[in-house]
Amino acid sequence: MNGAQDMGGMHGFGPVEPEPNEPVFHAEWEKRAFALTLAMGMPGGWNIDQSRFARENRDPAEYLSMSYYQIWFAALEAMLKERGLVSEDEIAAGHARGEPKPVKRVLSPADVLKVLHRGGPTERETNTAPAFKPGDKVRARTINPPTHTRLPRYVRGHVGTVERVVGCHVFPDSNATGAGENPQWLYTVVFAGSELWGPDGDPASQVSVDAWEPYLVAVRPL
Amino acid sequence: MAHAHDHDHGHDHGSELSDMQLRTRALQTILLEKGYIEQAAIDALIETYEKKIGPRNGARVVAKAWVDPQFRQWLFADGTAAIGSLGFGGRSGNHLVALENTPQVHNMVVCTLCSCYPWAVLGLPPLWYKSAPYRSRTVADPRGVLADFGMTLPADTEIRVWDSTAELRYMVVPMRPAGTEGWSEDRLAELVTRDSMIGTGLAKRPEDVT
Repeated sequence: MNGAQDMGGMHGFGPVEPEPNEPVFHAEWEKRAFALTLAMGMPGGWNIDQSRFARENRDPAEYLSMSYYQIWFAALEAMLKERGLVSEDEIAAGHARGEPKPVKRVLSPADVLKVLHRGGPTERETNTAPAFKPGDKVRARTINPPTHTRLPRYVRGHVGTVERVVGCHVFPDSNATGAGENPQWLYTVVFAGSELWGPDGDPASQVSVDAWEPYLVAVRPL
Repeated sequence: MAHAHDHDHGHDHGSELSDMQLRTRALQTILLEKGYIEQAAIDALIETYEKKIGPRNGARVVAKAWVDPQFRQWLFADGTAAIGSLGFGGRSGNHLVALENTPQVHNMVVCTLCSCYPWAVLGLPPLWYKSAPYRSRTVADPRGVLADFGMTLPADTEIRVWDSTAELRYMVVPMRPAGTEGWSEDRLAELVTRDSMIGTGLAKRPEDVT
């Protein structure tokens, strides 16, 4: 979606302000928002792309006014309600009201390290061949899906060069809508700063994105 | 977005509970009552990311790459396997790529769309990495962003920005500082800062740590 999360190239946010000796969390509630989100991934049954969409899917003004973990927490509440795991009444009351919905698994303390160590690999077997090879010129497609995508606006329509064929990976655009993993070949594609930003760009800079095959179209040499 | 957290500063441990404190507590209570979570698992998750997984992991990777040419070669050829051999990987680190900084090319990592970051080697990202200024400007004005960190590169050094749009997680291997010949890995690791592994800093010099 063309939401406030897609920030690459925007102006006006001011300087980056590093914080000396920054703590991992800035408040007790941030720890809870973080850990509840991670722990609910298993019983909640949603995938990473659905979580990302739940975070970005809001009024841009609201997105920009919320802190990072406020966004995480709002997305967690939204996903819990959407799946009928927690009701609006319960949130208002601060207590469980109805019977719990059966869930596949709950994260046990003994499993925490095992689950973190396993993570969530996204590479998948395939019997297809990649359409592009390193050195190929490709154009990022002009697409504007209202659903989740990982093709940032600032590269759409621009020509870059395939640097690396990464492998066949879960396709977020499908995975986020519940349409399945639909694995696709993934490439690292490099764009010249001048291609993306014209004369306002840094002539000695390049930017790469990791782009799935459906995002790309071949540019044939003249 | 970058500053909204400030509203909670100073109120968190007082008797006046912030709105977010109340809301997160309420949800935690509901989830516990419904049996969807176990309190000890929540505590373990917090402890792991607050105390155990952090940039010290990545610093060990960099220090080893500085002293061990075979490891260095492996690291740039297959980051996931080489870093995995030191026991790091898994969540936000299933597909790791190490980037070599040289006098010719300076690498910087960003996630313009959210906050993708190599948790397995660097821990959770700092607030500035997740902030709108960093996410918006790094791809278009990397030198301006480096200036915010007090860093100036030679004009002919090429800057390569890596926007983490998939599940690949990038870490930068900064250049080894001069005057560290013969240093042990442990001593070298002390020179490796978090920012140097994101590309918004350089490794410390020997005189910075003595």
